[in-house]
Amino acid sequence: MKAESIPTRNGFGDEIAQLGHENEDIVVVDVDIGKSCRTDKFRAELPEQYLNVGIAEQNAAGVAAGLATCGKIPFVVTYAVFGALRMAEMIRQEICYPELNVKIACSHGGLTPANDGASHQSIEDMGVLRTLPNMTVIMPADYNATRKLVREAAEFDGPIYLRFTRDGIPQIYNEDVEFEIGKAHQIQDGSDIAIVANGDTVHLAIDAAEELKNKGLSARVLDMHTIKPIDEEAIKDIINNIGKIITVEDHNILNGLGSAVSEIIAEEGKGKLKRIGVQDQFGQSAPYERLLEMNGITVDNIVETALNFEN
Amino acid sequence: MKDISTKELEQKATEMRMKVIDMIYKAQSGHPGGSLSAADFTTACYFKDMNIDPENPDWEDRDRFILSKGHVCPIQYACLATLGYFPEEELDSLRKEGSILQGHPSMNRCPGIDISTGSLGQGLACGVGMAIAGKMNHKDYNVYVVVGDGEAQEGEIWEAANTAHKYELDNLIIFLDANNLQVDGTTDEIMPNGDLGEKFRAFGFDVIELDGHNMQEILDALEVFHNNKNGKPKCIYAHTTKGKGVSFMEDVCAWHGMAPNEEEYKKAMKELQEKLEEQKAVNRSEI
Repeated sequence: MKAESIPTRNGFGDEIAQLGHENEDIVVVDVDIGKSCRTDKFRAELPEQYLNVGIAEQNAAGVAAGLATCGKIPFVVTYAVFGALRMAEMIRQEICYPELNVKIACSHGGLTPANDGASHQSIEDMGVLRTLPNMTVIMPADYNATRKLVREAAEFDGPIYLRFTRDGIPQIYNEDVEFEIGKAHQIQDGSDIAIVANGDTVHLAIDAAEELKNKGLSARVLDMHTIKPIDEEAIKDIINNIGKIITVEDHNILNGLGSAVSEIIAEEGKGKLKRIGVQDQFGQSAPYERLLEMNGITVDNIVETALNFEN
Repeated sequence: MKDISTKELEQKATEMRMKVIDMIYKAQSGHPGGSLSAADFTTACYFKDMNIDPENPDWEDRDRFILSKGHVCPIQYACLATLGYFPEEELDSLRKEGSILQGHPSMNRCPGIDISTGSLGQGLACGVGMAIAGKMNHKDYNVYVVVGDGEAQEGEIWEAANTAHKYELDNLIIFLDANNLQVDGTTDEIMPNGDLGEKFRAFGFDVIELDGHNMQEILDALEVFHNNKNGKPKCIYAHTTKGKGVSFMEDVCAWHGMAPNEEEYKKAMKELQEKLEEQKAVNRSEI
């Protein structure tokens, strides 16, 4: 049964408003795309905790750092490509180096700003921020996961990058599901192969596992919502008990989830990996599903990769 | 506000300059030029104007002091050590492995540093965030941010200036350290700034232009600003001399980021010592 599709930015918007009511130290720092990032409810209901610094992302990062030194819990809200790349050095210098309690909460992750074209599609963000010391990098897989992980992030003391989708993605979890930062969420167990995905590709992994079951292959499916710190135990468990891993991500094939997993495999000296993701190429204006297809980020390709996975 | 005379503050500034030269010489690394141009207003803030408690560096009601031009931290370290934020001997560890005194200030290592800086253009935005938090939390502290004239070429400075204006941050005071020199040459040659006072005025700031080495003018400007909580952020446009106080360093670009050798060190310290003796004599005669 396919539930309705909801963009995960909506989950952020709903949860941040609730968190703001619960804790007056939570501050939203917008950069003129609040409406699009779903902070409009927060803005309307909590004007005393709301800042909009205009189209000035670098400054937004610094303002947030200053707020955090005074006990505030700022969420800088923008699109992933700007939040990770335009602000990268400010995040490094003023947020990660002093280890301040600032959250960078970004909509429009991966290829989800599809019609906007390559300028707005964010395929490098998690990789760039993954290399910053003290940074935690998270992409939730649906609306309910987003609400839970945004709440976890607000309660966590330190810099976090959160990445959401612009476009709707299918719902996977019910409201009671719990998540822990840095701990993979196992959706189903399996013994022949493991599919490790995050964000908007988790539902593809679930569908692929279902098809593989019909073809006689048992697949473990992990939602690796936190790619840094990555859940090494979960990956090592696959390496030791299953051996074959397919990673699936809406991010450049370089330096994202697949790279993080391959680092563990390389150091362990065992396990086999196939990476599915953006093929180190810029996108274009096109339907979101078409962009995924152009990069092989599809249920069919996951299934085919699993069936052709050499022993 | 501490009870200290202008003449005593001038003497204190000379003492701070000596500590700057001494620590950069011992480190054989650091930035003397800008540390000396910023010496007088930094001394005025730490030894008279600011409401701070060296025993309690994280006191939430304290005034904040940010070197957006973080490379001139030797002058801030000199002030912090003298006030007792950490033992004076630490000054000898500047830029050495394991030191609390990093080449650029680190808030997690050094008590009294309100934000880590070093990458130009970023400290002002952080100061804006602290000033906004002060307004949100109904605190009456002030936030002082030292910005270099070369640094004002960074776009983020002007993004932050916009934000200071929008949020009516009359608790924010910029010291614009206009020493007219940057690494590759004069500001006129590298990237002419024009009239930075007019620029900040256009961004909605109250601006006072003064001689950044005239202690009385600095104190008067601070008093004017403290008495004018009118919703406008403040800027002290301080005309300064890079290397001020050491004759052979004054207005010489090369002293931006170079340590003196032994001969230069002795010459610099002798000049500053003579100045200090003069100031002490004047202060003694006035008691």
